[in-house]
Amino acid sequence: MAKQQVPVQEGLFTWPSDNPQLIARREKKTGRVYFPAIHNYVADEDSEEVLLGTRGKLYTWTIQGFLPKNPPYKGPETVETFKPYGVGYIELPGEVIVESRLTTADPKDLKIGMEMEMTIIPFREDEKGNEVVTFAFAPVKG
Amino acid sequence: MTDVCIIGIGIHKFGRTDGMSGRQQGAFAVREALKDCGLEWPDIQFAFGGSAAGGNADSLVNELGLTGIQFVNVSNGCATGGSALLSAYSAIKAGQYDVGVAVGFDKHPRGAFNADPKSSGLETWYGETGLMLTTQFFGMKIQKYLHDYDLSPEVLGLVAQKAFRNGKLNPNAWRREEVDLGTIMNSEMLSDPLTKYMFCSPAEGGVALILASEKVARRYTNRPVFLRAVSMKTRHYGSFEVFSPYLALQRAPAPTVFASKAAYEMAGLGPEDMHVIQIQDTESGAEIMHMAENGFCKDGEQEKLLREGATEITGRMPMNTDGGCIANGEPIGASGLRQVYEVVLQLRGEAGARQVQNNPKSGYTHVYGAPGLSACTILQN
Repeated sequence: MAKQQVPVQEGLFTWPSDNPQLIARREKKTGRVYFPAIHNYVADEDSEEVLLGTRGKLYTWTIQGFLPKNPPYKGPETVETFKPYGVGYIELPGEVIVESRLTTADPKDLKIGMEMEMTIIPFREDEKGNEVVTFAFAPVKG
Repeated sequence: MTDVCIIGIGIHKFGRTDGMSGRQQGAFAVREALKDCGLEWPDIQFAFGGSAAGGNADSLVNELGLTGIQFVNVSNGCATGGSALLSAYSAIKAGQYDVGVAVGFDKHPRGAFNADPKSSGLETWYGETGLMLTTQFFGMKIQKYLHDYDLSPEVLGLVAQKAFRNGKLNPNAWRREEVDLGTIMNSEMLSDPLTKYMFCSPAEGGVALILASEKVARRYTNRPVFLRAVSMKTRHYGSFEVFSPYLALQRAPAPTVFASKAAYEMAGLGPEDMHVIQIQDTESGAEIMHMAENGFCKDGEQEKLLREGATEITGRMPMNTDGGCIANGEPIGASGLRQVYEVVLQLRGEAGARQVQNNPKSGYTHVYGAPGLSACTILQN
């Protein structure tokens, strides 16, 4: 039986879903979009939940070159097994710029302004044997 | 209103001092500052002090003497030192007191800072999935800047190389050996485009400044340095700051731009008037961006300036003459005051091997940091 997939945080993205989307809040008065929605940037009565688009442009990026400290990091790697991972900001047109892990860690694959698409990636296994998943952005092929 | 002067300065060497607490390094700095102007602790009427990881500053009275003075603890992230100085300045300017101390010290564990999502008002997933690192933020911010202004990554190496070169001339610095450009560029890539040698490290150290009204200052010294401006500003909606799961679509000017502008207005001076400059260089990219944000050049001019040596001790805008954060390390509570210490030393003509020539008259300091704030000062002899 396939392992059960659970989101790293409820309310961060629609899940389970065939087309997962990040969940944000839009402030009614200003139109400003805040992510994630679970964070109380604005009062509920002054804002509405919005699902963000899944395509955008790479605003900036870096490659995380060393194993982050635990806490707060909970990735499964050790110093020996750690592989660098990409991190970036993706500009979702007309909405907001979101920070995300990237599916590539090769600087040659990344160029500011390139098209990116959201995906869901396995992150770690939890204590109950579930597969914890999180969101990431991948370069759009072609 | 009276002018406010800095009459005494003291420092405890930055870096690593095993067997000595952060507080002890802070107390050491205060004693050095008292000695510097011939005052004794009972002469001090008030103090503002801060430390991020070294304990409460007001407990320094246990070491210095229980004289009953007003001692306020300041906790303002990377602007802790700057805010202590601003508070001490205001107390004298308001006529409340005549002579007091601003002190900052710290002692951080080795390695990158551990961030706690909850204390920054974020959820655990953000730290859990490896997005909550200050180093990533610095990497991404300068990546964008290099791209937008067509600067080569080598400028980052040039900044670090200068820091180590200047650190070598500073007996209180942590890193005191020159590092060649190739070694800097080819060292471990921590957060593209920033390599290991381009970052400052968390460290230890302490700095104390004794401030006085002009009238009182003249009693103790014939070489007061005047604090012409002190400003501190926080971020606006839309600025690009550390630990941001989202950014607004439109960038607002950085907090530095506002703090800097306020300082120039307060002093009635401009960037072109500054003869010695200390700006926040948490990593090389920060110095590049802060050159422009503080008005010392336009965006994109940095590479040319660095290559022609304009920011060297011998250049026309000597910058981070003591080696900056890169060569001194970052004890958060002490960093901003270290910059002021360095400028006072330079304006007095006492900076030894790293002295800026032709009797510098005006100096500038700038800190920037989490969670999106900046503090600037302008000093004159």
